[in-house]
Amino acid sequence: MIYRETGQFKTTYASDQQLFPILQDRVFVIGALAFAFVAVPFIASDYMFRAILTPFLILSLAALGLNILVGYCGQVSLGTGGFMAVGAYAAYNFAVRIPQLDLLVIFILAGLCAAAVGVVFGIPSLRIKGFYLAVATLAAQFFIDWAFARIKWFTNDIPSGSVSAPPLEILGYGIEGPQRKYLLVLAIVSLAALVARNLTRGAIGRSWMATRDMDVAAEVIGIRPLTAKLSAFAVSSFFVGISGALWAFVYLGSWEPLAFDVNRSFQLLFMVIIGGLGSILGSFLGAAFIVILPLVLNQLPAMLGIPLSTAMVSDIEFMVFGALIVFFLIVEPRGLARLWAIGKEKLRLWPFPH
Amino acid sequence: MKHELRIKAAALLMAAAGALGVAADAAAQSSKEIFVPVLVYRTGAYAPNGVPWADGFVDYLKLVNARDGGVNGVKIAYEECETGYATDRGVECYERLKSKHPVAFSPLSTGITYALTDKVYGDHIVLITAGYGRADSVDGAVFRWNFPMMGTYWDGADILVQHVKEKGSLKGKKIALVYHDSPYGKEPIPVLEALAKREGFELLKLPVTAPGVEQKATWLQIRQQRPDYVFVWGWGVMNSTALKEAIAVSYPRAQIYGVWWSAAEPDVVPAEMAAKGYNGLALGHSAEKDRPIHKDMMKYLYDKGQGTAKDKSEVGNVLYNRGMLSAILTVESIRSAQKKYGNRVVTGEEVRWGAEHLNIDPARVKALGVEGMLQPVHTSCMDHGGSHAARIHTWDGGSWSYTSELYKSEPKILDPMIKASAEKYAAEKKLPIEDCGKSS
Repeated sequence: MIYRETGQFKTTYASDQQLFPILQDRVFVIGALAFAFVAVPFIASDYMFRAILTPFLILSLAALGLNILVGYCGQVSLGTGGFMAVGAYAAYNFAVRIPQLDLLVIFILAGLCAAAVGVVFGIPSLRIKGFYLAVATLAAQFFIDWAFARIKWFTNDIPSGSVSAPPLEILGYGIEGPQRKYLLVLAIVSLAALVARNLTRGAIGRSWMATRDMDVAAEVIGIRPLTAKLSAFAVSSFFVGISGALWAFVYLGSWEPLAFDVNRSFQLLFMVIIGGLGSILGSFLGAAFIVILPLVLNQLPAMLGIPLSTAMVSDIEFMVFGALIVFFLIVEPRGLARLWAIGKEKLRLWPFPH
Repeated sequence: MKHELRIKAAALLMAAAGALGVAADAAAQSSKEIFVPVLVYRTGAYAPNGVPWADGFVDYLKLVNARDGGVNGVKIAYEECETGYATDRGVECYERLKSKHPVAFSPLSTGITYALTDKVYGDHIVLITAGYGRADSVDGAVFRWNFPMMGTYWDGADILVQHVKEKGSLKGKKIALVYHDSPYGKEPIPVLEALAKREGFELLKLPVTAPGVEQKATWLQIRQQRPDYVFVWGWGVMNSTALKEAIAVSYPRAQIYGVWWSAAEPDVVPAEMAAKGYNGLALGHSAEKDRPIHKDMMKYLYDKGQGTAKDKSEVGNVLYNRGMLSAILTVESIRSAQKKYGNRVVTGEEVRWGAEHLNIDPARVKALGVEGMLQPVHTSCMDHGGSHAARIHTWDGGSWSYTSELYKSEPKILDPMIKASAEKYAAEKKLPIEDCGKSS
């Protein structure tokens, strides 16, 4: 009953085609954004910003990128960590070699570099599908890892290989402290989500979904597989590259190539699978699940008063993590986003059940 | 019906997660105890070496509480956090434990040290990186909060070259560096390259991809190239794999030298007698098991069932001793801070002063019960390391024994490199360089 759209008549095409046609949706989303931008910087603690909100937002941006590729276009990719690394090191090189550039320009350029690399490694997708494409992207991951560890030019010839980001500054306004970093990341991620949502609603998004559902049929009706697949790789890698630059500059501060290894790729893939393939909201839900779950599992034994050694807790974390992934894939393969949609469906009738 | 249950379960799970996440950081911290966080790794590829270090560290903190009633009457509270040697988990542990007002972190990972070095500036927390960390953080004028006590990798590289030089001039010889492809493994390269130019030997750099279980190609190359000496800069399973591969290509073990993190029991025990003759750097200590400190450990902890190690025989192992010494340095820094600021719960700033004015002389070493294991440590603003000495110990199939006298690293080569590197860091990060003559 809460979610009924009765009485909401649209009189213009524009209002019918808007992002959130149902009033309740609009209220909820705008309310949530207002809360995130205005209220959270005042009420959340430092720990919440640094350890939960900032990594959650950055990883949800990466999951968004991956969801476009895997969920909307159906191209399985295990090279996301590598594309994040490209974004991070590209941003680092721009910041170090051309210090006059503003931070936002650096992030966009880093995204473009990652997009270029993504297109190059997406070329195999024109010939191979599914599992084999996953292996090809895995090769991309390892090659990118190797490149950043071996080729000294990328790390500005630093002998230890560990690079650190310069102090962050946008238009002369310093970005220090957890609140400002959180707001910067929130602004970038909200904008990216808006762009992604509109892309997936448009012609290009429909060409991706057609390629995902049945690529031969899509080709038959005139959707060029080259443009569809490579544009998916490009857009996805753009978002993933920006999230890599944010992860390195805003969250870590100082990193080495191992920070973007294959485990990161798997983590992002799990986020997308658990959150829901082919859904923008799913990327956020999956990222929240995977960022918060290890923290919960770490704190839970202490909360319940059961003393466990850190090794035991870490091992339990892996077991529970894996078990939950299997559970989700069996019980709700369309992920948390589907659960959310079912929730909204139920809210159309509640509290009057059939 | 099934749908409803599923939604309810999912909703409940997420609500619980949210609530716990919020409550997690509100953990109350007793204001009567000094909080020392312990970043460890008891799982993963580096666990065989991380576990004894962690046991030694935690045991010493427990001992201080049990035997001495704390540091000058103030007890120490500690909490372990699992990092798995991963930089981002280390950063996350740091952020989580920061709210409990820690005084000093010892991350036991050069990668995590690099990441935390940027953060401790604003957070005013000391980083005690005993035997690891950034080699250029010896320069206290730039790295105010880093303390690479007992020795850095640049010291270690220089000392190794000094030792092999004694066996005969190095001109024309070939030395191979088998290193872990991470900031830790890459640290000694600048010094080794500078020494190669000076002494006339050829340096062969052979990186091993983390975690280091694949070394067949590396050691086949060594068999082809036949270097006169091999320096191993590995960690975790990379060490034992390196030795097994060396045995497989029949490279004489007596010509292999491991840095102090590659010369411990977990590295040689898998190969046992075949690793006989393998040499390693001993960072002032080896596998002593019979000093007064070990007797105290037994008396106050293990006999009462309070020891951290699962097996009593681990007490006194190389890495256990090193963890213990790391904890000793942390506690001594706290004690040094209390001497100036009073016998109370000291803050990070005060412990920084304490760590910068640390003076562990031979008499204090003996009083601590670690005679023969710890070289005297004397820190200052210019020298956050405090001690730059090491010797060689060799594995004879069953135990370690010292096979050289104490070497000190050469300041003539290292000091200019440290200064240059520190100044480059300060310029990059736009940090102020402290004037060491002025600070008290």
